[in-house]
Amino acid sequence: MQRLARISFQASDDSSTQRTLFAYVRTALGLTFGYSALLLVAVISLLPLVWMISTSLKAFGREFLFPPQWIPNPVVFGNYITAFETSNLARYFGNTLMIAVLATLGTVISSSLVAFGFARLEFFGKRVLFIILLSTLMLPGIVTLVPTFVLFKTLGWIDTPLPLIVPWWFGGGAFGGAFFVFLIRQFMLQLPRELDEAALVDGASYFRIYWRIMLPLSKPALAASAIFSFIHHWNDFLNPLIFLNSEEWRTLALYLRFFLYTEAGGGAGLTRWNLMMAASVVMLVPVLVIFFSAQRYFIRGVALTGIAGR
Amino acid sequence: MAVTDQPAVQRHRRRARIFGWTWRETQGFLFVLPWLFGFAIFIAGPFFFSFFVSLTQWRFIGDLKWLGLENYVRLLSADDQRFVQAVYNTTYYVVFHVPGVLIISFIIAGLLNRKVRGIAIYRTCFYLPSITTGVATAVLWYWVLQPNGLLNNFINIFLAPFGARGPNWLGSTTWAMPGLIIMSFWTVGTTMIIFLAGFQGIPQHLYEAAEIDGAGWWGKVRNVTIPLMTPQIFLTSVIGVIGSFQVFTAALIITEGGPADATLFVLLHLYQIGFTAFNMGYASAIAWVLFLIILFFTIVQFISAKRWVYYEGVRA
Repeated sequence: MQRLARISFQASDDSSTQRTLFAYVRTALGLTFGYSALLLVAVISLLPLVWMISTSLKAFGREFLFPPQWIPNPVVFGNYITAFETSNLARYFGNTLMIAVLATLGTVISSSLVAFGFARLEFFGKRVLFIILLSTLMLPGIVTLVPTFVLFKTLGWIDTPLPLIVPWWFGGGAFGGAFFVFLIRQFMLQLPRELDEAALVDGASYFRIYWRIMLPLSKPALAASAIFSFIHHWNDFLNPLIFLNSEEWRTLALYLRFFLYTEAGGGAGLTRWNLMMAASVVMLVPVLVIFFSAQRYFIRGVALTGIAGR
Repeated sequence: MAVTDQPAVQRHRRRARIFGWTWRETQGFLFVLPWLFGFAIFIAGPFFFSFFVSLTQWRFIGDLKWLGLENYVRLLSADDQRFVQAVYNTTYYVVFHVPGVLIISFIIAGLLNRKVRGIAIYRTCFYLPSITTGVATAVLWYWVLQPNGLLNNFINIFLAPFGARGPNWLGSTTWAMPGLIIMSFWTVGTTMIIFLAGFQGIPQHLYEAAEIDGAGWWGKVRNVTIPLMTPQIFLTSVIGVIGSFQVFTAALIITEGGPADATLFVLLHLYQIGFTAFNMGYASAIAWVLFLIILFFTIVQFISAKRWVYYEGVRA
């Protein structure tokens, strides 16, 4: 086993290995082992998603057939229409989109301002403030849950989307928002200082340097932040659950939970799994579209924060 | 003309001072001001207020009654059986979830860190489940973990020769928690990508040196890869512990804490007490106890890091 694994680790650098039959067999074995392991993990990763899509296209009552039916027969595209017709799915989609977009906009604008301050300017207490900013990332959100609820209740913001949007306009002041300041600051630190010093000599203000020089150059970090933020808000469940009650502002996450709750309560045989999976697919589509169109930034963002954690 | 020839940088220094700060310092402060406001209103303020509330009985409507440490005494004296159960369940989850995620991501990243063809495609596949986290994943896994669901369809292939069948994951007090833990392993993508970036930063000459010294596959992993990956392992385990102690969504959606409180997590307990029974004081006390538990483990990790985390060949 150990030997096999060693082979698989060496399999690819075959340029220097001796061209004996044995070497070929070893390379072939290693490649086979490596690729089958990768393929297995890929299948495990994708299978539930494939199953979700497949189930969303099945006829009612045919979801649990054994052996599993991967390609539905008949294919019922009508499930999606039914899902939209029997509920306010379009409205929930709109609510979620609005919240995610406005919160993301606030995150990117305000976090980049704060990040610029920490990356390029000197002021009293900067080091201490930055350590405090980082330590808020370690603080479990659970401690502030009750008081923020009280705060928003006092402001009369419960059952409006404001609690889900406004905190994100305070540059990392919202819970977990410090992550974005950190990410953008790390990126800005790598940019050459000569650029803003030259601009300063030319008489540009710091805001102008931020707006005209740093922001355009930080695009990869801003894009990564925007994607992370959007997906976070799109998938967020706990905050909408606590701050939104009425149907008017229901988000997709809340709706799916509500749907599962009412359907599963009606007895297992009555649960419309196909419609539930159709609604889940509807929720996944925007996230998938964003992921595939901006994958480059996404992966780099994860890697950047990982390395930056050193 | 002599005035304009003077560099603008110097002009900045000549500007009026505000509270003894130069204009440059004042501007720096203005840039981080949004964060300071947000921090005060949404983090620091609530942080201290929640401690205050935890010392009272408060149902939001009506008066606030001072209790002192009574809420804490009630929690720690195991008077609240459900809280004890919740702490046990949460610890159970963390103990299996965090190391499991680390090991699985490490292996997957190791498999990917070779000159394999189509690495980008594999990486995408492995990362895909992680962006779908949330309710949609929970609903999907509710379905996967059904007695005749996808997971059992596969398990039964192996169990059938022994005449056994996969468990009723969500309906059994024994199997509900393992079910949720298995589900959590599906979304290891973020850790995997952090590890992969770490692997790619390891200088190749170290492996060559180890090979000359006669190290085999395991020798290289043990003496080169793992020591150089300790910063990433440390980072992800700290984040993992903090996050997984606050596990919530899956349990609320899939099991609602059941069966018989077998998957009642601390945050779920807090949610039920604080936001369905509106017992704000007691809920805040739960939050603070969980906060202290998390803080304890975080500090332990940071102290132990001195013994096992290497930064560029130097111990932390």
